[in-house]
Amino acid sequence: MSARKLFAHELEELLDAFLFASPSHRSIERLAAMLEALPRQQQEFVLRVARGAAKTNTELAYLIATLAPEMLGRFSEKDFEAWVIAGLDVFDKQGLRPAIETLRDVEAFLAAREGRLPAKFAEVEPRLSRFVLGLSGRPLALKSGSYPWTDTETIFLPERIARFANAEDNRRVYQGLAVQLWAQTRYGTFDVDLEAALSQWPEREQALAWLAHLEAVRLEACVARDLPGLGALLAELREPWPEALHPALADLQGENADVRVSLDWLSRLMAAGAVPPAPTFIARLEPGIAWRVRSERIARDTETLKKALGALRGAAGKREADGREFTAEVNTATGELEVRIDGQAVQLPEAARTAVQSLLQDLGQVPPEALSPAGEAPWTPDDRPKEGAREMVNSREPDHRYDEWDYHRNAYRRGWCHVYVSDVKPGDGAFVRETRQRYAHFIAQLKRRFEAVRGEDRMLGRQVEGEEIDLDALIEAVNDRKSGAEPSTRLFSRRVRNERSLAALFMIDMSGSTKGWVNDAEREALVMLCEALEKLGDAYAIYGFSGWTRTRCDIYRIKDFADRYDESVRARIDGIEAKDYTRMGVAIRHLTRLLAAQPARHKLLVTLSDGRPDDFGDEYRGTYGIEDTRRALQEAREQGIRSYCITIDRQGADYLKHMMGPAAYTVLDDVKKLPLKVADIYRKLTA
Amino acid sequence: MTPRHLRIITPELERLPTEPYYQPVGDEIAIFQAAAQKRLPVLLKGPTGCGKTRFVEYMAWKLGRPLVTVACHDDLTTADLVGRYLIVGDETVWLDGPLTAAVRAGAICYLDEIVEARKDTTVVIHPLADSRRALAVDKRGELIPAPPEFMLVISYNPGYQSVLKEIKPSTRQRFVALEFDYPAAEIEARIVASEGGVDEATAQRLVKLGQLTRNLKGAGLDEGASTRLLVHAAQLIDAGMAPAAAARAAVARALSDDPDMTQTLDDLVRAVF
Repeated sequence: MSARKLFAHELEELLDAFLFASPSHRSIERLAAMLEALPRQQQEFVLRVARGAAKTNTELAYLIATLAPEMLGRFSEKDFEAWVIAGLDVFDKQGLRPAIETLRDVEAFLAAREGRLPAKFAEVEPRLSRFVLGLSGRPLALKSGSYPWTDTETIFLPERIARFANAEDNRRVYQGLAVQLWAQTRYGTFDVDLEAALSQWPEREQALAWLAHLEAVRLEACVARDLPGLGALLAELREPWPEALHPALADLQGENADVRVSLDWLSRLMAAGAVPPAPTFIARLEPGIAWRVRSERIARDTETLKKALGALRGAAGKREADGREFTAEVNTATGELEVRIDGQAVQLPEAARTAVQSLLQDLGQVPPEALSPAGEAPWTPDDRPKEGAREMVNSREPDHRYDEWDYHRNAYRRGWCHVYVSDVKPGDGAFVRETRQRYAHFIAQLKRRFEAVRGEDRMLGRQVEGEEIDLDALIEAVNDRKSGAEPSTRLFSRRVRNERSLAALFMIDMSGSTKGWVNDAEREALVMLCEALEKLGDAYAIYGFSGWTRTRCDIYRIKDFADRYDESVRARIDGIEAKDYTRMGVAIRHLTRLLAAQPARHKLLVTLSDGRPDDFGDEYRGTYGIEDTRRALQEAREQGIRSYCITIDRQGADYLKHMMGPAAYTVLDDVKKLPLKVADIYRKLTA
Repeated sequence: MTPRHLRIITPELERLPTEPYYQPVGDEIAIFQAAAQKRLPVLLKGPTGCGKTRFVEYMAWKLGRPLVTVACHDDLTTADLVGRYLIVGDETVWLDGPLTAAVRAGAICYLDEIVEARKDTTVVIHPLADSRRALAVDKRGELIPAPPEFMLVISYNPGYQSVLKEIKPSTRQRFVALEFDYPAAEIEARIVASEGGVDEATAQRLVKLGQLTRNLKGAGLDEGASTRLLVHAAQLIDAGMAPAAAARAAVARALSDDPDMTQTLDDLVRAVF
């Protein structure tokens, strides 16, 4: 074999011989150019392996040849062949797409080869979500993506991480990445338009890689100042800072360093022509997307605040408004916006307070234009009525009609929602039987706990008869006799069952999104709940709700207050299934009516759901539905009904507090917890 | 001999000998003083452990009045508050309850966590909390007018989720309400340092931890760490425990029994220490 390297045109010819059938054949010129850089011996090796692979599938052969230059930089030839065989094995068993994914996921191959145990996103996500929620001022969602980055509202993390040999260390890498990305949103990485700053260099990718490094230094210092434990974690996970960054460290780690300091050093590094090192543990920057998301959010928050202030100023009528002195300024100590009208402090609505916090986090201040109240519009968190949805036409008259609150008009739409009431179609009862068996031990525990709640009997004093003497009454009687008064004969006390006088109605979300896990968890939760509640003796009912536009709001009876928890109720629990949408307001109004008719002193409406109110078409989605639901809950409250929401919608933090009020909801981080938690939450609510 | 002529035993009430430590967070002292001057009852709202009780102690000291504190619970009867007859030897005597003793002595009577008490018990405070300012002692057929110095203070935690424990509007509307919350970070750190006996830097870290746990309210935690819990952690550190271990014991374990939530709280402790 001659030692001379094969040139691109020669390689092209050789590749052409076995790749002509590949769909990617047209890019063969580029592939040949890539392979030209390799030494002759490696060129021959790649051609041999790719030729072998082409006998199985030409597309895979093309991919292997394309990835070869990078792979041979990382693997021995033996490992390279093993990697190819692993890919071809997957092709034999599962087909082309999975095989391509397997070959591309080099990290996973290496991890498996070295006996490393990866951490998976799906496993770490619940714990990491809670952790990030604890850190963050603004709610950040966690999703899986092909690499770690954030758009300032969502943190994207890879499906799998296998940097270290054991899963625990790899979980720490996840945590470290999440902290880095949280820090980007918290310490102002996107405070300036980075995309514009980067556009001055033709080598944008290089500049971006440097910037990611510079920001990693700065953010680590910020985190270490506020959260020393996390600062230590970040330092432990990364390689030592590259030599080229050393002169910049002091500046970047300074107390007041912001993203401009990083940009300043970026200019110097780019001017010096320094090549950025390969990132090991550096989260990527996506300045373009982040800037857009941030700008949209700032505009949204500004608008929200302007409207709220406009509504406050106009609250006492337009005529007086002009003569009143109106001030709004941020109290730097508390970070709250203090609004005063004629010197009197007024409270901002929850949504506007959240907008203020969000603006402070994005801009470090509330922009002056946000503090100038908008016109005389009534307070609404967002605007523009949406196109109405195509309406369902129903052949029969509805059982009930209910008003719906339209926040655009600030008025009710009369008789807007048509309610149809029916029973849940019973199932065969197998699911309930299995649940009772599977959780037998837990149910027994629950019953004991509920008995303890009920078992707190009360001593009733001053009775004509009873099991004990009432000492207070006796002393009084002795005293009366001494003083010549007629002593009372009510000298006994007796134990009475503590009368709870409580009626609870459980409102079960049967929307399409509950299909699968959620529906199972709901049914399991109801079985537990019924078993426990039977011990307690509270009056309770269970109804499901779902719907499809305002003209078909379905309410499903599972158990009414008058129904005993018997085989037929159990069959109906079994039959609960995912249906359509969640038009929540009308369901609350109808069920409030049922609950209000109960003779109990305390009334409680508990909603089990998996997300925000939503209906077909986009009219009910978003603010309209949330405002209507909130209104329905207020109406319930006026009738002496307390509401509580148990949800598994982890993005719920932004609307639940506004919709339900503080201390009136629980967000479960895992649907599997629903069955174990619902009964306990109820016990706490009624303790 | 009517009940009115029986011997009355009334507990001796003492004034606070030294000034309790209290860090004001707003104009609460001025409002309380104004309410005291105008003989208005006061309602303190706020989460558990944020300084309500300490505030009342401080105000009692500042106004130079004795303080009677009653921790309410669901077995608290009217007799427990107002008083009862006792037989001593062959003599019947009347023993004043804490509320009656406070009225007689012109003290501040502080009913802590009023919603815990049974509804039929709390109605006894109504005439004291309006213009009548008198306590009816039914058993003795006595109506005790409250002297100008007497002041009624009640507290409750609005974050408490039980439907059975709500303060009735008829009770609520008699009171001047003061809303308490966890103090701003700087003030809270001062409190933790002073009460817990730790240095400023450690106190700041504990306060940071407190803030992180409060972000989880409603997402699995009923309430975040109170100032009281942070002070406990500081005291454990002062007693020689390692800060992280102290925070785990006094904060993470105290807040939740749920294994997942405990794990997250531990993560937050590690984030700070």
